[in-house]
Amino acid sequence: MSPASNNLRTAVVDGLWRNNLTFVQLLGLSPLFAVTTSVVNGFALGLATAAVLLVTNTVISLVRHVVVPAWRVPLFVLVASALVTVIDLVTNALFNDLHEALGLYVALIVANCALVAQADTVASRRPLAEAALSGLATGLGALGALVLLGGVRELLGHGTLFAGLPMLFGNRTDGFALNLPFSGMLIAVLPPGAFFGMAALLALRARLMQPRAAAPR
Amino acid sequence: MAKGEGNLVLTVVVAGLLVAAALLGARAAYEFSHERIEMNQRARLVARLNSVLGPALLNRDLTTTRLSFSDPALLGSATPIDVYVLSDHGQPVATVLSSVAPHGYNAPIDLLVAVGADSSVTGVRAVRYRETPGLGDLIDHEKSRWIEQFRGKTLLAPPREAWLVKQDEGQFDSITGATVTSRAVVAAVKNALLYFEQHRDDIYRAAEVAAASEHEPSL
Repeated sequence: MSPASNNLRTAVVDGLWRNNLTFVQLLGLSPLFAVTTSVVNGFALGLATAAVLLVTNTVISLVRHVVVPAWRVPLFVLVASALVTVIDLVTNALFNDLHEALGLYVALIVANCALVAQADTVASRRPLAEAALSGLATGLGALGALVLLGGVRELLGHGTLFAGLPMLFGNRTDGFALNLPFSGMLIAVLPPGAFFGMAALLALRARLMQPRAAAPR
Repeated sequence: MAKGEGNLVLTVVVAGLLVAAALLGARAAYEFSHERIEMNQRARLVARLNSVLGPALLNRDLTTTRLSFSDPALLGSATPIDVYVLSDHGQPVATVLSSVAPHGYNAPIDLLVAVGADSSVTGVRAVRYRETPGLGDLIDHEKSRWIEQFRGKTLLAPPREAWLVKQDEGQFDSITGATVTSRAVVAAVKNALLYFEQHRDDIYRAAEVAAASEHEPSL
């Protein structure tokens, strides 16, 4: 395998799993905790985050040889905030109910430190394809985490799964939600529930990684 | 090129291009979305107004006039609040006050209180609140029917000294575990009725003037 494609592979595996934004780097937790009261909320915010990461990484990587390092972060913030503004306006227009449910957190993607970290450590050092892929993979890794935590909390807190799909995909998906015959433990959708759920998922991941951790890197 | 270099002139050029792209992008998104956003907001408002009108007023072709009134003591907000007068061919049939319950448990609760022409409440909804999930948030009509108990009530029935929750010797049920929230909402609805009682003529007159000065209905 050529080194280039090896790097691409690493970027994907790192972003999605090995260096997962949420579960390993523990970055971007405040939107994670705030919106993951349901799968749909988590999915929507994850998608927006991934889109922003993909574009900011691409742009920063494109201009990395040209731009003076001190200007990198301001330019990154400019790109990210423009993009977030666009996403915010478009979701407000097309997915109004979802926009209400996510509140400020779409706009706050721009303040997600995970994005700055990506821009500074990956996008400003790697060639275009790798930076873009890394941004996408990192975003999708975060999306996975948001959906997973959203799922756990929705299931335990509301006794439902995939409620509110019509907000994203229209009325065709109305009957798709899963309704369990219990009304849910409130604590799971309250802020502490986010920490409990996150802790459980971290423990689970640590457990999964255990055998491999012993092997030399 | 080694890391840490770069060219200041080119940087400024790139920055300029990115600023232009950002502005164009934001502008395009605004052009694309602002009409739809306004439409969504209007639809949301109409749905909310409809939700507080009694069944008798639904599906009637009513003119909605938006007014603005201020009374920190009775309407609960230091800033002017929206008051909607719904009229049928110039005849006011309902008034919807977007009053505030200032003493919600975590934050003020934004309400819609609709009063019919006969001074009875046709409906109340909590439209924005930060009450505790599972307890105080039962004021939300989607979560419990508690807020339905105001329908049909006036300042005479129950008498105004009985506009309190049952723990305080009043006539209104409170939500178990959320007495503070319940008190806040009961008091705010009562105050909205008091305001309406004192200012009904002002409100109707203002609605008439606003309607006359406008060719198009405001909604």
